[in-house]
Parts: sequence; structure tokens; C-alpha cells
Amino acid sequence: MSVSRDTILGIVLLLVLLMLPYAALEAGKPFYVTLATRMAILALAAVGLNIALGLGGLVSFGHAAFFGVGGYAAGILASHAFAGQPLDFGFLSVPGTKTMPVIWLVAIAVGGLLAAAIGAISLRTSGVYFIMITLAFAQMTYYFAVSWPAYGGEDGLSITLRNGFPGVNTLVPINFFLIAWGLLAAALVLFAVLRNSRFGAALQAARQNEVRVATIGIEPYRIRLAAFALSGMVTALAGALYADLNRFVSPSMLSWHMSGELIVLAILGGVGRLAGPVAGAMLFVLFEFLLGGLTERWQFFLGLVLLGVVLFARGGVVGLIAGRPRHD
Amino acid sequence: MQTALFIEQMLNGLQLGVMLFLMAAGLTLIFGVMGLINLAHGSLYMVGAFACAAVAGATGSFWLGLAASLAAAAAAGAVVEILVIRRLYERDHLDQVLATFALILIFSEGTRWLYGSFPLYLDIPPLLQGTVALPGGSRYQLYRLAVIGVGVTVAVGLYLLITRTRLGMRIRAGESDREMIGALGVDIRTLYTVVFALGAALAGLAGAMVGALQSVQVGMGEPALILAFVVIVIGGIGSIKGALVGAVIVGVVDTMGRFLLPQLFGLMMPPSQAGLVGGALASMLIYIVMAVVLALKPQGLFPAAKG
Amino acid sequence: MTEPVLAVSGLTKTFGALKATANVSLDLKPGEIHALIGPNGAGKSTLIHQIAGTLRPDSGMVRFMGHDITQLGVAGRARLGLGRSFQVSSLAPEFSALRNVMLAVQARQGSSFRFFKPVMRDVSLIEPAMAALERVGLAERAKIPAAELSHGERRQLEIAIALALGSKAFLLDEPMAGMGPDGSRALTAFLDGLRTEAPILLVEHDMDAVFALADRVSVLVYGRIVASGTVEEIRADPEVRRAYLGDAA
Repeated sequence: MSVSRDTILGIVLLLVLLMLPYAALEAGKPFYVTLATRMAILALAAVGLNIALGLGGLVSFGHAAFFGVGGYAAGILASHAFAGQPLDFGFLSVPGTKTMPVIWLVAIAVGGLLAAAIGAISLRTSGVYFIMITLAFAQMTYYFAVSWPAYGGEDGLSITLRNGFPGVNTLVPINFFLIAWGLLAAALVLFAVLRNSRFGAALQAARQNEVRVATIGIEPYRIRLAAFALSGMVTALAGALYADLNRFVSPSMLSWHMSGELIVLAILGGVGRLAGPVAGAMLFVLFEFLLGGLTERWQFFLGLVLLGVVLFARGGVVGLIAGRPRHD
Repeated sequence: MQTALFIEQMLNGLQLGVMLFLMAAGLTLIFGVMGLINLAHGSLYMVGAFACAAVAGATGSFWLGLAASLAAAAAAGAVVEILVIRRLYERDHLDQVLATFALILIFSEGTRWLYGSFPLYLDIPPLLQGTVALPGGSRYQLYRLAVIGVGVTVAVGLYLLITRTRLGMRIRAGESDREMIGALGVDIRTLYTVVFALGAALAGLAGAMVGALQSVQVGMGEPALILAFVVIVIGGIGSIKGALVGAVIVGVVDTMGRFLLPQLFGLMMPPSQAGLVGGALASMLIYIVMAVVLALKPQGLFPAAKG
Repeated sequence: MTEPVLAVSGLTKTFGALKATANVSLDLKPGEIHALIGPNGAGKSTLIHQIAGTLRPDSGMVRFMGHDITQLGVAGRARLGLGRSFQVSSLAPEFSALRNVMLAVQARQGSSFRFFKPVMRDVSLIEPAMAALERVGLAERAKIPAAELSHGERRQLEIAIALALGSKAFLLDEPMAGMGPDGSRALTAFLDGLRTEAPILLVEHDMDAVFALADRVSVLVYGRIVASGTVEEIRADPEVRRAYLGDAA
């Protein structure tokens, strides 16, 4: 079986991303390692969105809810561990933790549950309703975070010391990059496997023709709900990493602006393509860094570029390089 | 009980509702007639507010500012429709979302470029300053009553426009069958531009009026936009009646929720905790209501029948 | 007396002032082709929608394979074995013909929540799918995206999908529509052979096909069944002649 152009491009981009921080260290510019880590984490978030949006055709304008929930999971667990005080749920007392794998599991679980809840209601609608409802629910989580002072409210929550990974000194930037990159690679493998599986076939068919799928006996709602939950899990994991990268989590991770940014990442790269999120994240971070260095108003130009892409270059970067996807 | 406070909050709820109606009516018209989801509506709200503040600041007259806000928002709407929105009617929703999101960025950063990040101030016009006595003994801002009045007038005006004028006829025809009205020789392109500009003007008016109550700053449009989305989801996309009912529901529930919930929880727990829990729940209340409405009626309360 | 595979009784559907379906009863017996004909606007599509599950009747009942399916959704009815083809071909346009049929095989096997094995290496999906494509004569076009197939080929693909589903009965909504004379002949011959596997409720305008294939014919006019019987009986029925066939029949 021949390897598709999508897969090749994905591997190439992953390797390029891997080399970036090493090149930076060689050039004596360690700051860029952090930039590369940011690329990897945002790409991971976009891979999550791509499951729902790219494969499933579900235009979720509320994925920031999962991104932020993952971030807050990391922040809350870390702050409780740091203060030596367990989380008190009344009937249950949960100790905090500063171990990344545990935090990730919690983030994934909470992200998945939230996505299942939001999806259960939102997926009963479609089209414009779905877009507005996912946006509204994300906004709800935003306002909740703002109004809960115990975890910083509007000002956010700091993670004083970056969480730890067994056997690794996570304070060294290149180490943390490798962790993020590793998770990104794993997520891309998951995406590819999902896309080729029976589940993926049903999901993509539902995107193309919902009625047809129902007519052969597959319930689109159930497939989509599962996809939406999976999508939330991956994006939440990215959120947890993001919190550790910045050592800070705030309600802005839950904002509509963040949701928009996530969609932009997916689109810039090419929605539904394997390599899309990586290409999109790399482009976006580069754009943000280079242009942000020139002017504080760089988002104005981002808007213009985005408009141009939507109106004139619909397949995104991957579409330009690898052509249209083949679905044999 | 504190009847006075209760009445005051109800009026606040109505005032919020009326503002949301102005936003939602435009959104739902644009969706109903053109099938387009427009995220940039909040930017038009902002444009109206800024135009009003800028002109009022320069001339000293709120009324001139108000006229400017209508003109500026309508003009911005028309320009955007001709340059960008026109190309989106045939596209799928994802493209529409992205393109209008891009417009938000352009409008927001553009405005920040012109005016900086600090808020502009807009003063209530002298004619409408002061308070009015309410039953129960308290006093209520005259300006807020005026806002409610404007909102009701606009609602009536929209009703008359839609049901009694030829433009309204074309709008209703466009809502039920887009292809037909083209075949009937109605100039679709102009109709769409007019509808878009009308929606924009309503949003601009809302922004200008709210600007005197809160402040005028970049980013003020999006929270209003999202609430307007909740309104039309509850009311039913494409239905002006739905927008009105939905707006009043959202306005009243949100305001009364923030007022009553902390008090309610205060009956069961110490005041500081009650304020916390009540406040958090109040901020989520309107979304919970939306979820409940959707669970029972996935197309909203008054779904517009589509041809 | 054999139990009918599909039985519709007292079905009624009103849209405002319009009675689209007025107390319709009909059934489909094993091994038969039952044709439903009627002038345009008679309500044939509405009736098919109610049998397929995309529309709920105001009153009445639909029974299939001994089950009351009136409240069951489209997917549920499909899982019970009710196959359907569409008036306007409804396929997954980006997927190849093969993948479209493989999806039907997958649905029949009842296993869409499998996440790991790549579908294109799954012989248990590919073989039955190719077999179905062979039967309708589409095997050479297996890898072509459905959007690029010709109109007639898309019809064939729809039939292949229904075959792969192992349907116990077929609802075919104007399968001859848009087919040239050769295509119609081939499809007529195909359907003739199909009836032994599963009975067919056939909605058609193409009278040649109807008269060649149908064991029974029911005539729908203004939402009401005005006549039902064999082809000869229908051709001779004066009311049907007046309403529909004209004197040419």
C-alpha cells in the first residue's frame, strides 16, 4: 500500500518541528525552544479540534472550553499540591499533584466529560445552531472561571513551579519540548488510525451525507458524540501542557477568541488533513512572533491574511502543497 | 419585600432585553434572508458606539452622535457586505464563521489603532439625565426608560416595516424562497445589502445607547453578540418575533438571576459563600436556560418555517 | 396466507390544509414487486418518507417483519432490514464506490465503534462490497469517487449498497428516473431477478417498467389509494384510466 502524500507531509513537518529547537540551541538562541514548544502544543490542540471539525465536519466554536478546562486541571492540581492542601469536595478529598502524567489523565477525563455533556445537547442541533450553541457553552465556562475567585478569577492562576515528569527535569526547555512533541506525534498517530478505521469511515461519511448514513442503519448522533468527546480529550491535554508552558492559566484560555484561534490553526494548515494542525500551528506562531515583533496591531494583519485564505486559498497550506485529499 | 428593588431590577432586565433585541433582530434577519451567520455583528455594535462617542465628544451633542452611529454602522455594514460578505453566501458555514471572525480581528485591531486601548466616554444627554419616581418609592434612571422606549419603538417599527412595506414583502419572500425572488426580478444584490445595512444600523444603535451606560471600548461587541446568539437560538433563527421573546426572556432571566440567586442561596448558607455560589450560578443561568429550551424544542420557540 | 413483509395501515398525514396522505393502507408480500403509481403531486414521496422513517404520520401504523416500526427512526428501520434508494442519488460523494458499499457492509455487521483496524485492509468488508459491485456491474469503477460517477452508475451504486445491506425489503423511489433506454432495460432485468431475494415496493413513472415488473399495482391520487390490483385489473379500471393513464392505455 502506498503511503499517502498527507502522511509524508505529516512526517516531514514533525521532523522539521523536532529540529527547530536543536537548531536554535546550536545558534545560541535558546528562547526559540519555547517558541517551538508553543508550536507543538497548539498543534496538539488543533489535532483535537481536527477530529471533530476535519473528520466529523462539526464546526465547534467552543473548543476553548476544553483547552481551558485542561489548563485549569493542571493549575488547580498543582496549586493544591504546592499549598499542601487537598481538594475538598465535601464527601471526597482529592490531594493535589505536581506529576504531569497524573495531571494529563485528569485533564483528559475532565475534558472528555465536558465534551460529552456539551456534545450531548449541541449535537441534537446542526448547522448554525450548533456553531452558536458551542460558542455559548464555551462562554458559559469562561464566565464561570471569571466568577470563581478561589482560582484567581479574572486574574488567573500561577503555577509557581512547573510540574514534574518522572525521570526528567522539566525545567530544562528542551526536555519540556520533547514531552510536548512526543504527545503531538502520538496524537497524530491516533488521528491517522482513527481516520482509517470503521469509526472514521462512519464519521466522515456522516460529514458528507448524514441522511445516507442513517439510511444504512448507522446513527450519526452516536458517532458524532464519541468523536466530539475524543476531540475534547485531546484538546484538554494540550491545555494542560499550555498551562505548564506558561506556568499560568487564566480565563482567556476559555475565551471565544481562543476558540477562533483554534479554528484558524486548523484552517491555515488545511482542515481534515493529517499534517494540517502542525502546518497551521507553525505558521501561526511564526506569524505571531515575527509580525508581533513589528507591531502590536499584528492581529489586524492576521485578520487580512485569514480573510484572504478563506476567500482564495481554501485548502490551507497542506492543500497548496499536497493537493486535494484522496479517499480511495 | 423590597418591591422597589424588584421593580428596578425588572426594568433593568427589560432594558437589557431591548438592547439584545436590537442585536438579535439584525442577526436573525440576516440569517433568515441570506442564510449567513455573521460573527462581525458585534463589531458593528462597536462601530456605532465609537461613532457616537467620537461625534458627541467633538460636537458636544449626544443626538448628533446618535445619528452618526446609525450612519456609520449602516455604512460600515454596506461596505463590508459589498466587499466581503457577498462572496460568502454560497459558502459553507465554516467559511462564513472564519471570514467574519477575520472581520472581527480587522475591526477590533483597526479601532485600537485609531483610538488606543483606553475606553472612550459617552455622556448621557442632559435631556435624559436625572431620575423618575417608581411605584414603591425608589427612583429609576430616565435614560434607561428612554432606552426601553426606543427598543419598543424599533420593535413596532420593524413589525410595520416587515408587514406593511414593499421592502418588508421582499424580505419575507426572501426568507421563504431565495431562488424564487430572483426569478421574480427582485434585485437580490441590493436587497441583501439593504438588509445587512439595516441589521448593522440596529446593532450600531444598540452600541451607542449602551455606550452611555457602560463605556465605549474595543471588545464590547462580542459579549453582546454571544448573548444575541443565545437569544436567537432560544427564539428560533429567522424569526423576529422569536428574537423579541427570546431577548426579553434572556434579559429578564439574566438580570433577575444575578439579583435573586445570591439572595436565594443566602437562605441556606453564609452570605459570602452565598454570594459566590449564587453569582457563579447566575453567570451560567442563561446558558442553562438555553440548554433546557433546546432539549425540549431543538429549533427554538418560534422556528421560522423554511420553504 | 403469507404474512406481508411490509404492511401500512390507515396512514394519514396532513400539512395545514393539505391532506397529503389520506388513510392509506397497502402491503408488500414476500417475493413480489408492488408498484405505486399516481400523477404528480399525488403524495407518493410523502408516503415513501413515512414508510422509510423520515416523516412521522399523524396517525396509522407501519409494520415491518412483524414489528411495529411507526415510532422507529430511519437508522432503526434500516437495521431491521428496510432498504431504500433515493429519487435523487444520495451517496457519500468523496468516497469511492467501493468505500460507499463497504460502509453498508460495515453497518450490516453492526460494528462502527471499531477504532483500530484500517478499513482498506479489512477483507471482511472489501469482499462482500466487491461482490455487491460485481452483481450490479460496477466492479470496474470501484475506486472512482461517487461524485464522478455517471447518473446511471450512481443508481447502480445505490442498488449495490442496498444489496450489501442484505435488506429484507426494498423501497425504490423512481429508480428509472433519468436513465436512457439501455439503462432502463438493464435495471428492469436486474430488478426482476432481485424480487426473489427481497420484495420491492416500487414508486415509478416509467410505465414500461411498471407493466413489465409489477405483480401488483396501487394507484395513488390526491393522497388516497383509488385502485389496487394486478396490472390487467388496473389497466382496465375506468377510474384509473380517467385519472391517470388516459385512453392510451
